[in-house]
Amino acid sequence: MLINRREALALSAGALFATMNPARAQGKKTLRLAPHAALRVLDPVVTNAYITRNHAFMVYDTLFAVDAQYRPQPQMVKEWSISPDKLAYTFTLRDGLAFHDGQPVTAADCIASIARWAKKDVIGLRLAAVTTGMEALDDKSFRISLKEPFGPMFEAFARPSSIPLYVMPKRIADLPADKVLEEVVGSGPFRFLPAEFRPGVSWAYERNEKYVPRSEPASGLAGGKVVKVDRVEVVWFPSRQTAINALAKGEIDLLESLNADQRSLLQGNKDVVVRRKAGPSASTIRFNWAQPPFDNLKVRQAVQAVVTQQDYMDASIGDPESYQICPAFFGCGTPLETAIGFPDTGKPNLAKAKALLQEAGYKGEKVVIITPGDVASFAPLAPLTQQLLRQIGIPSEIQTMEWSAFLARRAKPEPVAEGGWNLAHAVFDRIDLISPLGNLNFDARGKAAYTGFVDDPETEALKGRYQRETDPAKQKAIVEEMQKRAYQQVFYIPLGTYFDYEAFRATVSDYVPSAVMVAWDVSKA
Amino acid sequence: MLRLIALRIAMAVPVMLVVATIVFLLLRLSPGDPALIIAGESAGPEALARIRSQMGLDQPLVVQYFTWLAAIARGDLGFSILSKVPVLSLIFDRLEPTLVLALSAILITVVIAVPLGAVAAWRHNSWIDRAVMMLSVVGFSVPAFVIGYILILLLSVKADLFPVQGYVSPFEDPLAALRHLALPSLTLALVFMALISRVTRSSLLEVLGEDFVRTARAKGNVERRVLWRHALPNAAVPIITVIGLGIALLISGVVVTESVFNLPGVGRLTIDAILARDYPVVQGLMLFFALIYVGVNLLIDIAYVIVDPRIRY
Repeated sequence: MLINRREALALSAGALFATMNPARAQGKKTLRLAPHAALRVLDPVVTNAYITRNHAFMVYDTLFAVDAQYRPQPQMVKEWSISPDKLAYTFTLRDGLAFHDGQPVTAADCIASIARWAKKDVIGLRLAAVTTGMEALDDKSFRISLKEPFGPMFEAFARPSSIPLYVMPKRIADLPADKVLEEVVGSGPFRFLPAEFRPGVSWAYERNEKYVPRSEPASGLAGGKVVKVDRVEVVWFPSRQTAINALAKGEIDLLESLNADQRSLLQGNKDVVVRRKAGPSASTIRFNWAQPPFDNLKVRQAVQAVVTQQDYMDASIGDPESYQICPAFFGCGTPLETAIGFPDTGKPNLAKAKALLQEAGYKGEKVVIITPGDVASFAPLAPLTQQLLRQIGIPSEIQTMEWSAFLARRAKPEPVAEGGWNLAHAVFDRIDLISPLGNLNFDARGKAAYTGFVDDPETEALKGRYQRETDPAKQKAIVEEMQKRAYQQVFYIPLGTYFDYEAFRATVSDYVPSAVMVAWDVSKA
Repeated sequence: MLRLIALRIAMAVPVMLVVATIVFLLLRLSPGDPALIIAGESAGPEALARIRSQMGLDQPLVVQYFTWLAAIARGDLGFSILSKVPVLSLIFDRLEPTLVLALSAILITVVIAVPLGAVAAWRHNSWIDRAVMMLSVVGFSVPAFVIGYILILLLSVKADLFPVQGYVSPFEDPLAALRHLALPSLTLALVFMALISRVTRSSLLEVLGEDFVRTARAKGNVERRVLWRHALPNAAVPIITVIGLGIALLISGVVVTESVFNLPGVGRLTIDAILARDYPVVQGLMLFFALIYVGVNLLIDIAYVIVDPRIRY
């Protein structure tokens, strides 16, 4: 049989495309997911990067963990007791806990892990300051002795973000606190595969066959971590659009994050499920308290008088399903939610703002707004704020820079002429706000504090009271005082909370709604 | 020829030194702090100072510079600040996708653009000429990421012919590699093709008016032979020059193409390292790119001698 050139070409192309179907799973059930960022730093204590935190929750287990309602629940701990004077806490570990290197998890490992964490985390530092000793009672029990009561003990041990308390082997946890850990040995439901780690590109996990999950159903970061896939492969996509296309085509199973606008690209696709994320984000206006004109309370109050969350959310998010007006500094839908002190009436009060500026003796100095040009969630905020400032007679200039330069500049309390700034925006995940001791916006230690350099000894005293209080009702009352004061002093201005979305193939089920992406419980058809 | 190669290698040393110095100063003088990237905003000044000290960033600039130069002289490019992986390993790990992508783009360009330009010159002012020129204007004007996304939408998502993203090594699975490379190579090649087809056309137009071409025709050669055998080799020098200069264009195009098609190459590594202020990685990459550029120029000089024996160095 003779074929001509065209037929030969068509046959070769056909043969080529016939081999071009996506690679099928080779015996193992593999979940392929696209995260929100690239993993580069593996040490979850040295950095508070969200992607390192998410990686660590796969590999390490925690003593306590927050559930879907942000309440601390025991995780590695089976039982605990508190002495009547509330100065001694005794914890006993669950049976069957073991590290990925085969060694059992002991009380000594937990003590070493707490000690390492307490040198870095803001709540850990407070705990360390009141701890008089930590001792192992036997292989599975340990006691923490305090010189004064520490109310948020379980809240501290269940930290879901910033720096959670991950339990690691003593030999690793005992390394100098400043040494960046390179060995990843946890006791969590997944084992990290170092040979497959390509920094900034991809990484993978394998099911920890020996992991003993709790019996309760999974809820947030708490409950039974039952692993139903053999492998999890994580591939970083610098282009969100490409990740969306890859999900639509079935090249990946799960996309951790897409915003309200990008959601529309997957609507109508029957093979893909799009769902609102459990944890929202909150955008804020921050003032530089260390420099004029925002060192003046009345100038800050003038800006507060014209800001409405509704305006910011409408302009920056748009879709009412995707945002929420939230008066609570410690997050809406959390145990410490309160609306006390919320000054936002939904209508800008220009007359009040102008009167406050006059009282403040403001002389029309130009302010500098700094903003990152390469972070989408910040993009609409600076122009909106500039417009409001213009309306009340504060001239301003927006200076745009890339993220790294923005972070470095925002950390400077100096005047603008010396590389500082007057006004900036910040965006937080809600889980970073839920703790009165861990919420960076309530760091009120002046120039030593988090960016904005809020200087308010009264708030620091309130935090001390909260720390010593063990009664939840009284804790809540202190939190209300804190929020009221923060609104009065205009620590910062919350601009509302908004939700991103997560998307997964219809073949994926039981994906746990959690503020931190987790891959336990997920199954794949 | 050997003298030329030796001379060029010797000249590469001061070039690399200048590049190294400029990159070092640019990075250190630009705003941004790697310690802040690693530790996060909540880290206190003491923690940041400790991290800077560990990385040697608390040393005077001159000390940092000479320490780095001494390490380079020993062949040590250092470790990534973030991932703690040796810079050389990081570059080698990411080199293959970039090289394969760039070579396939060059191959597509030479195979398609040179004949297109030649035909456009041969059929000067015809519809073929105008079509080629129109396509080259489009290739120049439309950004690579737009072309990439359009190709993905049409040929991957709609027609389901190619994968959306990812890289497969041709050494592991040649057919799968071909599938994964088709769209990114084409995307990267389009700008290059626009450039090369235009240069080929203008260069050939000039040569086609020369006396030796008229002589070839007078001797009874068919037009095809006149074009390919007599005119094109004589128009090759400017084409080769532009292909060489276009390597810089390719390097910048690789960054975008790798991001759009999610290829783990050195282009993406460069962007990531710059944004994270991963100084050792950026410095290593810039030296690497400079070396590539010097090497390509050397190859072009050698190619001149081959295509035009009249050229002597």
